[in-house]
Amino acid sequence: MPRTIIPFGPQHPVLPEPIHLKLVVEDEIVTEALPQLGYVHRGLEKLTEIRDYNQMIQIVERVCGICSKIHAMCYCQGIEQMMGIEIPERAKYLRVIWSELHRIHSHLLWLGLFADAFGFESVFMQFWRIREKIMDINEATAGNRVIVSVNVVGGTRADLTPEQCSWILTELDKVEAEFKKLQKVMLDDYTVKKRTVGIGVLTREQAYSLGAAGPTLRGSGVAQDMRQLKYAAFDSLDFEPVVETGGDCYSRSKVRFLETLQSIDLVRQAIARLPMGETAVKVKGNPEGEVDMRVEQPRGELFYYLKGNGTKFMERVRIRTPTFANIPPLLAMLPGIELADVPVVVLSIDPCISCTER
Amino acid sequence: MAFMTTNVLKNLVGRYSTRLYPITTRAAFDAYRGELYNEIEKCIFCQNCARKCPSQCISVDKEIGTWVCDPFACVYCGLCVEACPVNCLHMKSAWRHVATGREMIEMQGTPPKPKKKKTEDAAAPAEDAEAKAKKPAKK
Ligand code: SF4
Ligand code: SF4
Repeated sequence: MPRTIIPFGPQHPVLPEPIHLKLVVEDEIVTEALPQLGYVHRGLEKLTEIRDYNQMIQIVERVCGICSKIHAMCYCQGIEQMMGIEIPERAKYLRVIWSELHRIHSHLLWLGLFADAFGFESVFMQFWRIREKIMDINEATAGNRVIVSVNVVGGTRADLTPEQCSWILTELDKVEAEFKKLQKVMLDDYTVKKRTVGIGVLTREQAYSLGAAGPTLRGSGVAQDMRQLKYAAFDSLDFEPVVETGGDCYSRSKVRFLETLQSIDLVRQAIARLPMGETAVKVKGNPEGEVDMRVEQPRGELFYYLKGNGTKFMERVRIRTPTFANIPPLLAMLPGIELADVPVVVLSIDPCISCTER
Repeated sequence: MAFMTTNVLKNLVGRYSTRLYPITTRAAFDAYRGELYNEIEKCIFCQNCARKCPSQCISVDKEIGTWVCDPFACVYCGLCVEACPVNCLHMKSAWRHVATGREMIEMQGTPPKPKKKKTEDAAAPAEDAEAKAKKPAKK
């Protein structure tokens, strides 16, 4: 049977991200996949030389729109650790609230796109309609829908009033009720299972040795979640990592589905325990030293290496995003599947190419 | 698919989830960070906003009293509003409109009277920031 090489992406009707894969196919079965990156490189890390460390917050937020809050939180936590700043308790809880809201809307977006990838347009619209409520919460509380920009070094810029808190809780109840209605469709439907169960299998050993992160790792049965590191206020909130053992597209989507419910629960817990007090402390001086910081993004582990030299400009900001870690596992999933399943498998790692390339 | 039946029926007979934009629009929330504007008569041309801006899109000229912002470079973070010592910068809680051409928000105010000891550092803040930025690169 002759080998054919099919260029897949960077512009492709089913792919929301500009990833390019060279797929070697034999008789409609993929035998090898070669990635090619670099289509949306923006050189954000280099900007450390001309933007001071406070302005870098706005820049790291733009690494990825969907996880903007979590990028900024990771960066701020790194700088705070470097400068030895203890932030107020209230700011820690506020950070948790907004970061979990980000996780909810990211997972809802992904669930919609995933349904769209295997042709379930109706579910796609249902998920995105639910997501709109979360975007409204972001807009009403932080002033913007996607890039909320609430973090500063030393705490948060925005605060939640008690009325806003109760409004968030009522909105979340609606979101949860509507979301649970889609549970059966997403997890029990025959067509959905036909397209996802047993497709793109990543075994536990493969996931571990190839360094998968986030739902890709947990979908293969490894209970590892960076929130277990107890940053921000996660030390006083109750949660367990969601783990599925199938390692296929279905397990990964189930992990994301259940994590959305878990995040709704975490927001509720954080609002219930929100202490009173200041939201930010005054920061003096410039960061000096080096630090690494890890947090959990919707897509997995986010790693920051920061180096300060005592001036207001950072010496180095190195960002390693979860999609970057998930590309080798993706390449291990692709061989052996049919060409028509490629979009489903590629989407199952929730690729975010703009954050892979910064 | 049968699980969706109630949902489908509800969608069929219920209200639309979308709006007929631009005929009907939703008002922006109070805290929404919309268009930036300056109450120029209050401005003291201290250049704090230009220094704090992460996208460096504000330029303030102390000599002739102009305040210029490039709304196409602005990322609507609101840092300049927080940095302003006299609270003359504000953000409207209104949606930003589409534009067909590149326009700057230019405002002309009365420059503050020069102090007795005239300082020479009133260069354009963009150059100012660039010069500062080059410092760490050089070493
Ligand atoms: S809102 Fe942000 S980007 Fe826009 S002018 Fe102000 S500081 Fe600059
Ligand atoms: S910070 Fe305020 S007073 Fe100073 S130049 Fe900007 S707008 Fe004017």
